[in-house]
Amino acid sequence: MSDLLRLPLHELHVGLGGKMVPFAGYEMPVQYPSGVMKEHLHTRAAAGLFDVSHMGQVILRPKTDMAGLALALERLMPVDVLGLAQGRQRYGIFTDDTGGILDDLMFANRGSHFFLVVNAARKAHDFAHLEQHLADVATIEVQRERALLAVQGPLAETALSRLEPGVAAMKFMDSAIFLTEFGEIWVSRSGYTGEDGFEISVHPGGALELARALLAMEEVLPIGLGARDSLRLEAGLCLYGHDIDATTSPVEAGLAWAIQKARRAGGARAGGFPGAARILRELDDGPERQRVGLRPAGRAPMREDTALFATDGTPLGTVTSGGFGPSVGEPVAMGYVPASHAAIGSALEGEVRGKRLPVTVAAMPFYPTHYKR
Amino acid sequence: MKFTKEHEWLRVEGDLVVVGITEHAAEALGDVVFVELPEPETMVAAGSEVCVIESVKAASDILAPVEGEIVAVNGKLSDNPGLVNEDPMGEAWFFKLKVDDLGVLDDFMDEDEYKDMIG
Repeated sequence: MSDLLRLPLHELHVGLGGKMVPFAGYEMPVQYPSGVMKEHLHTRAAAGLFDVSHMGQVILRPKTDMAGLALALERLMPVDVLGLAQGRQRYGIFTDDTGGILDDLMFANRGSHFFLVVNAARKAHDFAHLEQHLADVATIEVQRERALLAVQGPLAETALSRLEPGVAAMKFMDSAIFLTEFGEIWVSRSGYTGEDGFEISVHPGGALELARALLAMEEVLPIGLGARDSLRLEAGLCLYGHDIDATTSPVEAGLAWAIQKARRAGGARAGGFPGAARILRELDDGPERQRVGLRPAGRAPMREDTALFATDGTPLGTVTSGGFGPSVGEPVAMGYVPASHAAIGSALEGEVRGKRLPVTVAAMPFYPTHYKR
Repeated sequence: MKFTKEHEWLRVEGDLVVVGITEHAAEALGDVVFVELPEPETMVAAGSEVCVIESVKAASDILAPVEGEIVAVNGKLSDNPGLVNEDPMGEAWFFKLKVDDLGVLDDFMDEDEYKDMIG
């Protein structure tokens, strides 16, 4: 794995017995000795620590004013950036001229600048994209050194507030900076599991001590990529490059909730983002196809690329993510089907090893989310 | 007991060969969540895919180690796939194969040879 990059906490993962696999150009722990199932269930019951330092972190510092930078960001995303209050974070989507998704991200208004977290596999693209479109209005400060840890689960607050009591007052999608014994930590109350929790950007000098302090608590277990994937799948959350990409629009992907009123037809700053014609049309008329939740009737998981059919044999689309949901106790999946077959309860078939098996369109999330609103 | 390169164990029971997967294989697979068993009373060729095991990570096949007739399958695995992780070398057998000549098992590894292979 010589071409792969290593996480700042690589030695910690190896010491914990993490099984390291290549992912998005990094050696990442896919699981620890307790295994994917236990790690998943532990996160839902107590708290899990995830190392997501492979993700891209970048500060956009305005050259003149925040409002001007917000408007420039709005030219890249169908999202209300100007209306985001200081100390708050929001989900964003970079779109292209055809309305496809270039990446999804989190961005926070931190008063004097925006802080963005983007997907690992899209870092190089996104940084170039920002440079190309925002160089006139912002300095783009890529945070190559900082680690990113996530503490997720119902006891995440209990655990992290022992180290920084200030986090307990945060609400879902709040973003704050704390000066701690681990250095300055940048905390948001968010995550990728459907559980309450925090994402913590920390300088590598403090990351190891922070991770060790959390792992020393009986609530906290280290969690690998395997459980991260099953947790986000149960929560109905998209994985870039699988459930969303340049061939899917935000509306098709069921991400219309991320497009605030201000950017829709009749809104204060309607349109003016890449692919606006298609995206606004789909908001009005509905998309031709939609990402839907899928519940296979049997116990056989329907994994990514499983072909989907109507009961009369008409090909409909494919599964984009699927597997066994440890908290649901059954297989769960998501995929794209024409709007005609996207209603909850629609009976479809998925082809698993040459056999057409029944699967039903179902509501997402598959497992209730527990955000602290 | 004999072992295959595909990490299956083979145990002779009367004139039948009982087939399961090794502890090493079960650990590598991770938590098993689904087992698709073959139909009993079917003839299978050596090397043909007979069972599918799905773990939280991926799907893998179990191959018929030798030619024969499937005479019994372990229905417990359909209801409790996790048995594969709990007791891979015992309770979690997959199928029983009737073969013409048990001598075909001589070609497979014994325990020491298998241990050498997995290091």
